[in-house]
Amino acid sequence: MKLSKRIFAGLATASLAVTVTACGGSDSSGNFDDTVTVGILHSLSGTMAISESTLVDTEKMAIEEINAAGGVTVDGKSYKIEYIVEDGASDWPTFAEKSKKLIDQDGVPVVFGGWTSASRKAMLPVYESKDAFLYYPIQYEAQECSNNIFYTGATPNQQSEPATDFMYKRSPAAGGDFFLVGSDYVFPRTSNTITKAQVKQLGGKVVGEDYLPLGNTEVAPIISKIKVALPDGGIIVNTLNGDQNVAFFKQIQDAGITPSNGYYVMNYSIAEEEISTIGPEFLEGHYGAWNYMMSIDTPASKKFAKSFKKRWGSDRVVADPQESAYNMVYLWKQAVEDAGTFDDNAVREALVGQTFDAPQGPVEVMPNHHLSQTVRIGEINAEGGFTILEETGVVEPQAWNQKHPSSKGFACDWTDPKKGEKYRM
Amino acid sequence: MQLILESLFNGVAIGSVLLVAALGLAIVFGLMGVINLAHGELMMLGAYSTYITQLIFKQVSFLKPFYDSYVIVAIGIAFLVSGTVGILLERTVIRRLYGSPLETLLATWGVSLILQQFVRSVPLAYGSGLVIALFFGLFSPLFISDDLLLGAKGKLIRACTWGFSALLGVATGGILSSLVSKLSRASARNVDVTAPAWMRGGIDFVGITFPKTRLLIILITVISVLVVIFFLDKTAWGIRIRAVTQNRPMSDCLGISTETVDIITFGIGSGLAGVAGVAVSLLGSVGPNVGGNYIVGCFMVVVLGGVGNLLGTILASFSIGIMTDLIGAGRLLTIWPDMPTPLYSTIDFFATTSMARVMIFALIVIFLQFRPTGMFPQKGRMVES
Repeated sequence: MKLSKRIFAGLATASLAVTVTACGGSDSSGNFDDTVTVGILHSLSGTMAISESTLVDTEKMAIEEINAAGGVTVDGKSYKIEYIVEDGASDWPTFAEKSKKLIDQDGVPVVFGGWTSASRKAMLPVYESKDAFLYYPIQYEAQECSNNIFYTGATPNQQSEPATDFMYKRSPAAGGDFFLVGSDYVFPRTSNTITKAQVKQLGGKVVGEDYLPLGNTEVAPIISKIKVALPDGGIIVNTLNGDQNVAFFKQIQDAGITPSNGYYVMNYSIAEEEISTIGPEFLEGHYGAWNYMMSIDTPASKKFAKSFKKRWGSDRVVADPQESAYNMVYLWKQAVEDAGTFDDNAVREALVGQTFDAPQGPVEVMPNHHLSQTVRIGEINAEGGFTILEETGVVEPQAWNQKHPSSKGFACDWTDPKKGEKYRM
Repeated sequence: MQLILESLFNGVAIGSVLLVAALGLAIVFGLMGVINLAHGELMMLGAYSTYITQLIFKQVSFLKPFYDSYVIVAIGIAFLVSGTVGILLERTVIRRLYGSPLETLLATWGVSLILQQFVRSVPLAYGSGLVIALFFGLFSPLFISDDLLLGAKGKLIRACTWGFSALLGVATGGILSSLVSKLSRASARNVDVTAPAWMRGGIDFVGITFPKTRLLIILITVISVLVVIFFLDKTAWGIRIRAVTQNRPMSDCLGISTETVDIITFGIGSGLAGVAGVAVSLLGSVGPNVGGNYIVGCFMVVVLGGVGNLLGTILASFSIGIMTDLIGAGRLLTIWPDMPTPLYSTIDFFATTSMARVMIFALIVIFLQFRPTGMFPQKGRMVES
């Protein structure tokens, strides 16, 4: 009796857990002709949950906004968007598995998901083999151009290249030597290969580079190397991941590697969210490069920040990855409406050329499934935000980087069947 | 000269983080033979204790003037928190598994996962309340005279102390969560310990910058090591601990309460993990996974030094520290810039943090091939062997 009771309780909890994960958010109000269910796939547990959960929040907000404005109109019928949230659990094979589930079992027309390059690489074969469509919102190392992925984050030429240019030509350490620091995985290594080629072109010198194994927080050897390589200050390019930044900035400040001693750090992975965790007192005076910064002084940007705070709490911040996630939901909606169907192939065709007045300013989907975007360089201020120093015009994305030796001279164009994933220009 | 001094300092700084982290393990694993995979999580609890102490000092008005010294208070609190959880772990799990290392390994690994998830999904205020309830529940019988604890009346009194402790815990949780709003919500986010102003920055001496936090960690390590050595060598309980480790049945026959010795040893080992947690919280961020990053290094140090030997642990951690700096920072390249090209490129290849780690692991493996019992193997006759 006791045992069966326990089994029953176990079953009940298990089924409860299943319903909780499987059921999406929906409030049945308004007059819609039908509903369409989309997939959201980010890590809600594990090490990446901290960052990725902010994207889930943003995507939910975008979907709620679209529903409040009448939903998606396809073929004269209005559809209410519902969503299924799946947890990738910071585990790359799980991302692939959950993608299969969303496509095959739930039959969603589109999946919004991913953060790390590793998770994207794990999902890519699934989407290609099933000819489904993934929308991926993070700034990344590029060197990839899939017909089944739409990339709304920055490519290196929309983030690191203008940033390197700024550091070498116009920062207080202009003309100085470069030292490159990163976490030991694909994004920092690829990004730094590009930076090295670019610094060489500019006539500067990279005097050292080092990579910290993921999870390691002992940066003392790196600090010694920086001090040997840059005895009188210089430019440090930082692509460390998440928490390793905390260790890095705490310890370099103690070791006297600070802006007041002539050391300036340019960061590619530190946005408003990270500044508030690391503490602005460690970051003040260093730099960041993004497409979107919360301090952009336009009505669209302010509205985005305000609605996010209103929806999720006044202490929350918005940052570049969230803006990309927000844009991709709207771009999907526009493409579906233009195509007049939820069919993948038609939507893919309609997607290229879509424009959207994003919080960062106008963006446009290019034939290589990336976005043309504005690049901004900001100095981190004591309030935990960026003081925007300069802004480029709209920069076109390069899926294949023109400074990386392995991809120079190549491009990607999915609108022309003869060109495709990688063709010589 | 300056280079040697700087390299030495860096080596000692890296080594002392390893040493303070491994010290507790050297006692638990070295003396008791318990493979405690939850050691890293006990460090994590120490790191979170530092964070909570910092917030309390920031928020409570009568403690504000003493904010600068919160780190010192945190060391004591961390010791008690990790020690209490360690004793609970010993009483509930490890006690039943003495003599079966494989089961201990699996059980403590399970405990480490539970502790990680605990700090993710329980608000820190109530987490602290729970620790306080445990603390008073476990320790208050020590202050009640023995004849009151006998028989049915004793059971009632024990139940009363637990009830009282539970009330105290709930009250603490409530007070903390209303006092410090950050502690009232559960969050998987990493948090940050900010050192008080006097501990930030560095001291310039003979052209080298000595970071103050590093100096403090070295100081904490030295004091912990001295206290442990004094305790094991000079106090009655220390001598009993060593007696029990050398020959458990004989010590039992001679009237040493081996059970009490186990509790004390494990409690101290766990408490030292908490102290290590304070040290690492000053270097990086504090999160559920912070301990996991150190656990491999801890076992490496203890095994390399020779299980059961404190001196070995000390030497092992400093040699690993100095090697990390020598290889990882490419010191040889700076000292001898025009060495032959093949040698230069080999050393340059290993002069990154990742490759230095690979190199050090390889060297340790080679060393253990020749000295399988570590630098200082246990001498004398052991019951087990």
